[in-house]
Amino acid sequence: MATMREIKRRKASIQSTEQITNAMKLVSTVKLQKSRAKAERTRPYSDMMYATVNHILSCTDQIEHPYLQSGKSDKKGIIVVSSNRGLAGGYNSNIVRLVQSSGIASNDAVLYTVGKKAREALSHRGYTVVKDYSDRIESPEYADAMEIGRRVMQDYLNQEIGEIYLVYTSFKNTVSHEPKMLKLLPIEAEQMEAAEEQEDELSMSYDPGEAEVLDKLIPLYMNSLIYGALVESLASENGARMQAMDAATSNAEEMIDKLSLQYNRARQASITQEITEIIAGANAIG
Amino acid sequence: MFRLKIITPDRIFYEGEADMVEMSTSNGDVGIYKNHVPTTLILIPGVLSIHQDGEMKEAALHSGFAEILLDQVTILAEAAEWPDEIDVERARRARERAEERIQSHASDVDVARAQLALRRSLVRMKVGH
Repeated sequence: MATMREIKRRKASIQSTEQITNAMKLVSTVKLQKSRAKAERTRPYSDMMYATVNHILSCTDQIEHPYLQSGKSDKKGIIVVSSNRGLAGGYNSNIVRLVQSSGIASNDAVLYTVGKKAREALSHRGYTVVKDYSDRIESPEYADAMEIGRRVMQDYLNQEIGEIYLVYTSFKNTVSHEPKMLKLLPIEAEQMEAAEEQEDELSMSYDPGEAEVLDKLIPLYMNSLIYGALVESLASENGARMQAMDAATSNAEEMIDKLSLQYNRARQASITQEITEIIAGANAIG
Repeated sequence: MFRLKIITPDRIFYEGEADMVEMSTSNGDVGIYKNHVPTTLILIPGVLSIHQDGEMKEAALHSGFAEILLDQVTILAEAAEWPDEIDVERARRARERAEERIQSHASDVDVARAQLALRRSLVRMKVGH
């Protein structure tokens, strides 16, 4: 049986850990609300963008366009969105695992990372990181997505990479986030859901022309997907951290309860022993 | 009158009715009234004016596209700003930077990008005044 002092010291240590995890939980709750609102505000934009691109692709078949055909390069560019900080449960390791199980060999992959955790884990496992944007994940702005999009697009058009993927954590609700891998380029028409039949009798015309509109639209489309991935990942990160810290706090509480019980027992035992000793001593004198 | 909706990545910029809307497209400036042929236009940085009941509202709009239906216009822009949201001083500095870059003729300067930046700053300054 541990001594009273040992139990007390252990209890104090767990109590201070609990204070930290509890504070982190509160902080990530607030951050979650903020980042979640941000993720939801961008949804009308990305939905509309998706619908339009989808519509153009469905009514214009057989356009020869670099964005629609696989490039010559075997290299595959992957944009990996994770976080700069840990203590978020399985958030970062899920992303790393998804990249590893994606079927893309580590020497074929070229990574553009946002978030220190996945960058460190993946470069340790032999992946090449060509560009890191880790400072952007704390508060992603649309301009950041534009910058990433521009760089990736440039490498794609220069034939340095033949395909572009995006790995991020999609935010469903506070408790459910799912790591996802999305193919950005080339866009495969089949991968898009069939556009709904237009009720309008007049069909849509494109000015200056389908190919030109597509040319301008695809970069916008990519940027909106990247931006969506950044804000959703941030919301997921805070959600995951909130859950992890909530679990840690309740575990700490449980341990403290157990230790309190042990401490009281030990105290009781020591008092009983003391009394027994005093009585024994008194009897011996008497 | 038709429904007008302007959406940017971080907010719904404008939602309401309009009699006419003017904007800059890759083929020049256009004004759209109700019952226009359904069209999708590519927008370049420019001044957007919303006309309604004889009043006009202006905003700076940066690259995007517009989907025009008979009774509805939806504009998706990468950024949009009302006049009071524009930092004119910052736009002026951006203009100077862009002009320098264009005139430098350095090989590492992306002229098309610099020209776009110049155009953006000019639009901002025009609307911001």
